[in-house]
Amino acid sequence: MAKFVSLKEAIAENVFDGNVIAMEGFTHLIPHAAAHEVIRQNKKDLTLIRMTPDLIYDQLIGMGCAKKIIFSWGGNPGVGSLRRLRDAYEKSWPHKLEIEEHSHAAMANAYEAGAAGLPCAIFRGYLGAQLEEVNPNIKRVECPFTGEKLAAIPSIQPDVAIIHAQKANKNGDVLIEGIVGVQKEAILAAKRAIVTVEEIVDDFDDVHINACVLPSWTVKSIAVVQGGAHPSYAMGYYERDNAFYKNWDPIASDRDAFLTWMKENVLEVGPEIFAQRVADKKKEK
Amino acid sequence: MSYTPTEMMTIAAARAIRNDDVCFVGIGMPSAACNLARLTHAPGVTLIYESGTIGTKPDVLPLSIGDGELCDTSVTTVSVPEMFRYWLQGGRISVGFLGAAQLDKFGNINTTVVGGDYHNPKVRLPGGGGAPEIATSCGEIFIVMKQTNRGFVENIDFITSLGHGKTGKEREELGVKTKGPSRLTTDLCIFETDPATKEFIVTSIHPGVTREQIQENTGWTVRFADQVIETPEPTAIELDALRALNERTAKAHAGK
Repeated sequence: MAKFVSLKEAIAENVFDGNVIAMEGFTHLIPHAAAHEVIRQNKKDLTLIRMTPDLIYDQLIGMGCAKKIIFSWGGNPGVGSLRRLRDAYEKSWPHKLEIEEHSHAAMANAYEAGAAGLPCAIFRGYLGAQLEEVNPNIKRVECPFTGEKLAAIPSIQPDVAIIHAQKANKNGDVLIEGIVGVQKEAILAAKRAIVTVEEIVDDFDDVHINACVLPSWTVKSIAVVQGGAHPSYAMGYYERDNAFYKNWDPIASDRDAFLTWMKENVLEVGPEIFAQRVADKKKEK
Repeated sequence: MSYTPTEMMTIAAARAIRNDDVCFVGIGMPSAACNLARLTHAPGVTLIYESGTIGTKPDVLPLSIGDGELCDTSVTTVSVPEMFRYWLQGGRISVGFLGAAQLDKFGNINTTVVGGDYHNPKVRLPGGGGAPEIATSCGEIFIVMKQTNRGFVENIDFITSLGHGKTGKEREELGVKTKGPSRLTTDLCIFETDPATKEFIVTSIHPGVTREQIQENTGWTVRFADQVIETPEPTAIELDALRALNERTAKAHAGK
């Protein structure tokens, strides 16, 4: 059963140096507050899995938490590059970063295979694509019935999955609405799951029976962090801070500016600051 | 009415979208063209973004592939594994609309690395995202991209997403059943794919643009079709719709 804890406890009890971690949320519901707690607790040598590393992994990489990333699109959406990711990969700052690169279809399939308890994902992919030549984790298998040559990659089964969701009920069940991405798959594929939520409500009696609900017993720790997805968004609560994504580029372009920003906005503050960050982005529910 | 080359490119790209298309939309220029088509001649087009939003009708262009606007205005929103498995791989998309950093005359796309090799690149780009499978699973591929000889090259540094391969025969050899790149719209002209060689050939030149200008901005020797037409100028309806869309978008994404 899910345990209600503080974000600090959730990270301290579940995330350890050297872990393989997936923090998911496809543009929507990205668990930024949880990542900041990982940075504050100075976790090291992490293998970070995420389809779109986004600002959340740019920050973890720049602060030296990552040994390796597994990803499928490493840009700042609509803006350009992830400067810290590139600096780490191209110039080994703050240290060397390994990468394992896939396509979105491959990673989505690998999460699903992980949730299904399979060792690998099989799909029609990478046809004529050169990633297959440079990534040894992309192989071919032959369909035993038709002979079609299909792509196979290892399933994703992380030590820890971390997501942000709209709400939990008092029983610890978790509701995700809107763009649901690969979060359900990531949670079910992982050994331990941490969820941050906007709020805790009494029950889900008013929730549609087919809604995306993760039962309490699939989650280890739940922490309430209002605004915890910022600068990503939580549908029904606050909008995406597109201006922040644009403004991140000059900050991340300069090592000193980045370190100063992280000190002032991550290291010296706590998760309660996120509520202020979304105060002017709230939408009527 | 005067207009910019970028406006001509977006409008020319939008015109290729048909009312009954189911379109997998990339962010940036493809998204502008697809939504312009929906707001003008193709109100029935189904726009799909890889974040899982199906049949979306955004009022402003999204900055990211998963802006809330896309979900709020969709017919339904599915998970990302479902999107790639049932909808894309399942063969339910008629057109994939892509951009590129580097492109060759066979429509092969590079969005991974420029210069050096994969492991030691001069410039590391964001990567493929959904494009490698979009390129082979959609019925056909439309590409929209500003024409420069840095982007339009004889040999791309890395094939992120398959066009017609290095010789024009690779799709068939790999058993790919979809058509691949069939149309490339730039700020200077429209290329279509030669059915025999699978190379891009210029079939329509935008008003005021010369053949020399097209060649100067292309890294391969450009072939022109026997019958090259002049692209019709943007109409007032097209320009008004595009400018209103851009204005709403700029306002929505400005710092609040």
